[in-house]
Order: sequence, then C-alpha cells, then structure tokens
Amino acid sequence: MSDADSTGGVIEVGRLRKVYGETVAVDDVSFDVRQGEIFGIVGPNGAGKTTAIECVMGLRRPDSGSVSVLGMDPWFDANQVKRRIGVQLQQAALPNRIKVGEALDLFASFYDDPADTSALLQQWGLEGRKDAAFANLSGGQKQRLFIALALVNHPELVFFDELTTGLDPQARRATWELVRDIRASGTTVVLVTHFMEEAEHLCDRVAIIDHGRIVALDSPAGLVEAMESEKRIRFTLPEPADLGWLANVEGVHRVAHENGSIAVHGSGPLLVRVATALGEHGLEPVDLSMERTTLEDVFLATTGRELRA
Amino acid sequence: MRALWQLTWTEAKLYLREPSTAFMTLIFPVFLVLIFGSVYGNDPADVDFEYGDYGFLDTFAPGLIAFVIATSSFLTLSTSLATYREQGTLRRFFVTPLRPPVIFVAEFAVYVGVTATGASLLVVIGAVGFGLAAPAAPVSLAVAFLVSTLSIMSLGVLLGSVAPTARAAEAAGMAIFFPLIFLSGAMVPRELMPDWMEQATHVLPLTHVVTLLQDLWIGDGWNLISLGVLAGFTVVAVAISVRVFRWE
Repeated sequence: MSDADSTGGVIEVGRLRKVYGETVAVDDVSFDVRQGEIFGIVGPNGAGKTTAIECVMGLRRPDSGSVSVLGMDPWFDANQVKRRIGVQLQQAALPNRIKVGEALDLFASFYDDPADTSALLQQWGLEGRKDAAFANLSGGQKQRLFIALALVNHPELVFFDELTTGLDPQARRATWELVRDIRASGTTVVLVTHFMEEAEHLCDRVAIIDHGRIVALDSPAGLVEAMESEKRIRFTLPEPADLGWLANVEGVHRVAHENGSIAVHGSGPLLVRVATALGEHGLEPVDLSMERTTLEDVFLATTGRELRA
Repeated sequence: MRALWQLTWTEAKLYLREPSTAFMTLIFPVFLVLIFGSVYGNDPADVDFEYGDYGFLDTFAPGLIAFVIATSSFLTLSTSLATYREQGTLRRFFVTPLRPPVIFVAEFAVYVGVTATGASLLVVIGAVGFGLAAPAAPVSLAVAFLVSTLSIMSLGVLLGSVAPTARAAEAAGMAIFFPLIFLSGAMVPRELMPDWMEQATHVLPLTHVVTLLQDLWIGDGWNLISLGVLAGFTVVAVAISVRVFRWE
C-alpha cells in the first residue's frame, strides 16, 4: 500500500475485476487519480462505471485486483476511508418529508469534525430553502443539496455519479461551475458521467469504460488529438441520391447517414476529394463543412456505440 | 452518540410528519377507545366471559395496544425499510461512517417511542373517559410491551427485507395486517370466536402479543407460552432477515 501524499495518487486501482454471476461487470481496470484533478469516468449505461467506483468507495468488494484510496484499502479500512471522502450517488434520494436543514444536520452528525451547515446552505444557495421538504425541491436544488451533503465532512476526495442527469442545460452548466469551485478549493473530484460534453468541459483526464474495460484514458484534448488523424465532413443534398460510390473515394473510411445529412469520415485532403467527387457525379451539396472532433467522436470510435441512443 | 441522537430525532419527526402513519398510530386507537367505550362501556357485569372484576374496555385495551404495535412496528416499519432501500437512502448512509447498529438502535427507539405514545394516549383516554382499570402489573407490562414491539418489529424488518419494492411491501403488509388484527384478538375478542377459529389463531404472532399484554393487565401474570412463541418468531425472523437483507 502506498502513501497517497508521496505518489500524488489519491486513488490507485490495479487490475480491478468484479463479476456478478455470469456477468463480468468490471474487467482488468487500472487507473490512478491524482491529487487535485477532476477525473472523469465515462461510458454507456451498464458499462461498469458505477461498479468500478463502488469498489473504490468501499461499497463492494472486488473479486480481484487492488484498490487504494488515500493510501488505504476501501474495503478493509472502510470507516477510515468513508470519513475522508464525500459522495453523491446516482439514484440515492432522501426521504420525501425531510427538510433541507434537517438533512444537512443529520449527515453532519455522522462525522467528527463537520462543516458549518448554515455556511454550506448559504454557499450552495439553499439558505432560502432550509425548511423546504426534499420532495418540494427542484431538480437543481436537489443536486445542490446532494453536493452540500457530499461536502459536509470537508472531504479530500469527492465522487459525483451522474451529477447533472435530469437537469436542464442551464442548471447543468451552473453545476459545472460548482464542481470547478470544489476543485479550486483543493478537493480531488471523480466525476462519473455519460455526458461527453460534461467530461470535455470539466475533466483534466477521462477514462472511457466500455464492457467493463477501460478503452481509452487521457486528457480530453489528448483523446481528441489522437483522433484528429481521422476527419469528418458533413453535407446535405437537396434531394436523395445514390451515394454508394462515396465509400470508394480515396481516403474515405466510413459514410454515415444521420438525420438526413451525410457524414463522411476519412483521412488526407478529405474535403477537396469529396467535393470533387460530388461535382463529378453532378451533385451540389448544401452546407458542406468540416466538423471539429469532439469527445463524443472519440467515444464512438473507441466503443463503437452512441452514448445517448 | 451525536449520530444516534440526530438520527433518532430526525426519524421520529419524519414518522410523525407522515399523516397516514401518525393517524394510524396516535389518533385512530383513541377513536376506537371512544367508539367501543361508548358502545360497550366498562361495566364488569356486561361481560359474558370470565374476567372477574374487569370490564370490556379493560380486556379490550391490551388488544388496542397490540393494534398500535402492529400498525407501527409491522405495517409502517416494513414499508419504510423497503422505501429506504428502494430510494437509495440506505445506500447513501452506507457511504458515510454511520454504522448499521446505530441505525438499528435509532429505529428501535423511534418505533418504541411512537408506539408507547400511541398506547399511552389510548390508555389515558380510556381511563379518563370510561374508567379503564390500571394494569395489575405495570412494570411487567412495560417489559412485555418492549418485548412485543421488538418481536413485531423483527417481522416488519423481515417483510421489508423480502419485499422487492416499497409498493410490494405496502401491499403485502396490508394483506397480512388486516386479517391479523381481526383474528388475533386485537379488534375482536377471541372469546367470541368459534372454537376451531380460536384454536387456529394461535399460529399468529399478534395473538400472543394480545395474550401477553392482556394477562399482565388483568393480573394473570406472565403467559410463558406466548412469551416463548414471540421469542421464537423473533429468532426466526431475524435469522431470515440477516440472510436476505440487501441494502439496495
């Protein structure tokens, strides 16, 4: 077991494996989370993200492999680890009739040296909702309460599992700001999400998990850069035409028809070649353009499936 | 210690804030005392079966206490446990340093507390309004009340553990609860039942709660058979719950 401070590895996961009956939920997963970073774990539903972090949080015992959190084993030193981490869980609601202030006071009582709950209420914009029942909170307010609860013990490490799922875009962006604030205060953040845009905006590094395995791990920019050798152009035709020949144009890897527009993936001087070939076939596309590679594209390329079907 | 107190206090408030459970535990038993007290009174001469100097309400009050125990510790507890599991509240607790024994002790305190409050209310109303006799063995009665509540709680925990969802727990709870309160003597004196039915009700745990409390109330002492049966139910329910309980 290594000391978290000397290595900078707040979390160290080595060859983690977890099996449920016949299903291999997590298979040979290894990653480190560094002090002070926002580390993203992304993947489609059922990819094994939640199982992986549940092993890290000490909720589940791995079948094999090693997990170290803040230099401790989260299964055998569960109580020590739980004192120093903060957690927001996916699908973990509070009782409908509990009041915001009561929930914070309750969770504060579980720790030896909790934060000042009235200061937390103010910090997370909940001071006006102190006496509101949990069930009467808006989606954004519930998420802010979950964040406040996760921070009630001044954690060195916080886990956010699908923090912004169910929020409207505005509330989502506001929540991103809050996560940046948490990191700015020195707390390491592990963010599990299925929103690529969220991972791209927030995370210092991202692990893409699919079928229980890590298929890519790098900074969002690094992941995108590794993909840039493949380009993508998109165009729309005024009326449908047979485009079977398009796949045979030099440099084209793949042609996809998406919502009436055509996306062409390939390499080399792709735009010129496709435009020329279209002209030769007597076709005049509208809005022919080159698209920027996003983390969503990286995801699609590494997992072969859409994140949001 | 602070966690235990805070959890107990919060859970007590949540219990009383839920109108249906607060009504069933605290208000409805008082209504029953008022109704049955007005209809049957508490004159020993009006009772057909042999209870000496005790009237109808004296024999009926222990049954109502059993009703309060079944309402809180079986019906409400099972649904509440299944809800906490289904909504992920237990899951959320388990990523904090809060230990399961603290949760157990807090819940026991809350359910004993609200049940004792409901029982006290109906006894006070019965005594003031209809001359309900004081229990013959109050200390033993208090012990029997605790044992009974713990025993019925173990059955509530069992149902809450095996039920796949909160709705299933509630439906099964209702389906068990209503026959239970009418067959156990909590609502209808078992002395009025045909012999075969009266014999059959011995399989019900709540029958033994009624018997235990009734005997101590009217000075017949501890019914050791009922005490043993309740202990047996508790051991079996706890053993199964420990095996099947899932926190999510």
